[in-house]
Amino acid sequence: MQRFQHIDALAFPMDRPNVDTDQILPARFLQKPRNGGFGQYLFHDLRFAPDGSQYLGFLLNQEAYRESRVVVGSENFGCGSSRENAVWALYDYGFRVAIAPSFGDIFANNCLKNGVLPIRLPREVVSRLLVQIEQRQGLKVDVDLASQKVTLPDGSVHTFDVDPFAKHCLLNGLDELDYTLSHTDEIVAFERRYGRGFD
Amino acid sequence: MDTASHAAARTMFEKIWAKHRIIERPDGQTLLFIDSHLIHDGSEPAFEFLRARNLRPREPQRIFATPDHYIPTDSRDVRDIADPERRAMVESLSANTKDAGIVLFGLKDRRQGIVHVIGPEQGISQPGQILVCADSHTSTHGAMGAMAFGLGMTEACHVLATQTLWQRKPKTMRIVVDGPRHAGVYAKDIILAIIERIGTAGATGHVIEYAGSAISGLSLEGRLTVCNMSIEAGARAGMVAPDETTYAYLAGRPYAPKGADWDAAVAYWRTLPSDAGASFDTEVHLDAGLIAPMVTWGTSPQDVAPIGGVVPDPAKAAGAERRESMTRALDYMGLTPGMALDAIKVDRVFIGSCTNGRIEDLRTAAAVVNGRKVHPDVRGWVVPGSGLVKEQAEAEGLDRIFREAGFDWRQAGCSMCLGTNGEVVAPGERCASTSNRNFVGRQGRGARTHLMSPAMAAAAAVAGHITDVRPMLNGG
Ligand code: SF4
Repeated sequence: MQRFQHIDALAFPMDRPNVDTDQILPARFLQKPRNGGFGQYLFHDLRFAPDGSQYLGFLLNQEAYRESRVVVGSENFGCGSSRENAVWALYDYGFRVAIAPSFGDIFANNCLKNGVLPIRLPREVVSRLLVQIEQRQGLKVDVDLASQKVTLPDGSVHTFDVDPFAKHCLLNGLDELDYTLSHTDEIVAFERRYGRGFD
Repeated sequence: MDTASHAAARTMFEKIWAKHRIIERPDGQTLLFIDSHLIHDGSEPAFEFLRARNLRPREPQRIFATPDHYIPTDSRDVRDIADPERRAMVESLSANTKDAGIVLFGLKDRRQGIVHVIGPEQGISQPGQILVCADSHTSTHGAMGAMAFGLGMTEACHVLATQTLWQRKPKTMRIVVDGPRHAGVYAKDIILAIIERIGTAGATGHVIEYAGSAISGLSLEGRLTVCNMSIEAGARAGMVAPDETTYAYLAGRPYAPKGADWDAAVAYWRTLPSDAGASFDTEVHLDAGLIAPMVTWGTSPQDVAPIGGVVPDPAKAAGAERRESMTRALDYMGLTPGMALDAIKVDRVFIGSCTNGRIEDLRTAAAVVNGRKVHPDVRGWVVPGSGLVKEQAEAEGLDRIFREAGFDWRQAGCSMCLGTNGEVVAPGERCASTSNRNFVGRQGRGARTHLMSPAMAAAAAVAGHITDVRPMLNGG
């Protein structure tokens, strides 16, 4: 996994509640291999008309937002299915941070495992942020993982929670599997003790 | 043996969790042992990750595979999958399982089916287990008295490599549904009514235990339907305590314990239900007697109302955000506020999926259809949840009833629930569907989905519009 430590980047507002994984990545792109470059399918049906032309009303299609690295969502961002491909689409496009008042459970988990930092901020803070970045182009959000602080375009600074282990992995570019494999002895001992579970 | 007299009362979830605990991390996450891991034709990336690290599945005998998402339902020949990427997904499942010695219920195997239908059907999913699968509707298997939840591909790779998974302990929620159900009200209506009550984020961070007489009174298949949609309420998992219904269902299934093992297993399973006095972080109560057949009108499972109601008016919604999302939903669905739900015409009817593709569902739908005809403006599909469900239905003559009515009788698979195999609802078309998600584009780009029970979907097929099935049940 790529390290994530600090970012100061353009923010893209995705201002509607319950943006589900089907909207982030329509199911018909699921069969692509991991190296299939999922970024081109991100928000596909919101970005592109059936004839392939771009919807200019969708802000990510506008020059000022194209290079965004921080997606700001509303309530329940990433709800829906467990498809990790939705996170791959965000990551492959270039997003490294997702900010929302609340996230779909599995989605937030998947983000952390794929180098995207999900940040929960209070609803009023996110609503304000959404208004700011919708009304003015080129605004940046600064995220520092080590200090768990996010600085918004209005200069306000907010601390956020992050699972300490996930933080450690993100900061150092490690993944969980290495850690688990270092505990194989405990797994073997458990398996012996556990048997089939009922005996 | 623990005398247990001093032990604190525990929930079923806590018992299962404690039993599978291997170690804990400083940050409070627990490494859990995984009893069963189901994989399907979308699982290739997990194997891709595994290969990239030079690892192999640790316990192949605990893994079971079947293709369901990318396969056609009008053929059992992988060569008939025209799209090379989809075909590659199905072929890679065969190659990966063969290479690792994993049991595969392949496309030509009569036991093939939707992964969440065949787990219980084969007796792979059992009480007390922790069962996982890289698919969010894994919550289905909780109906067996198990803790079952969906994974992402990185997690699935972790389970392949270690047979374990890190989890943060979720909160517990008990949803008690009491009282008798009215005729024409099914498990699907119960879970839709629950989601109407608590919303799609209502159980976020929780594991749900469904309880009460209306739940224990359901068949095992009905419980599978309820647990299936737990994820639609935001829950990590949903479960029902195992009881005589569970044991009767499991006894004699191919992968269920046999002989003395069976007795030992049942003795253990009887210790699983939540202790009297166990406390839950959240409690919800519903009266089953107040539940009517339910239909969704919007693009989220919480956009749901009893038949007999009308399409709601966004202007009356609480809060600007809800008002906007309702307006967007109605716009996508092509509906106007105040319109009677039973005036909504449908083009397609889909009976199937891991929510409602089991034999009981097909029996219920067939009983409605029997002696009637599918409306001339409607194309109706019945897609059994597994090859064995299909065989059973054919042995009972249900296929004949469906065919004579004008339905297409298909092979097992996910089919139009998600459309990843190419079987989609056309843009702008409206589908009465027994599946679990009515998201924008779920059944195909621009497709409009109305979720409902198999009986209600069958009634819509006959009427040509959404309609209350209850008069039809009375011979009307
Ligand atoms: S039937 Fe639908 S919900 Fe169930 S596993 Fe298949 S695609 Fe997923």
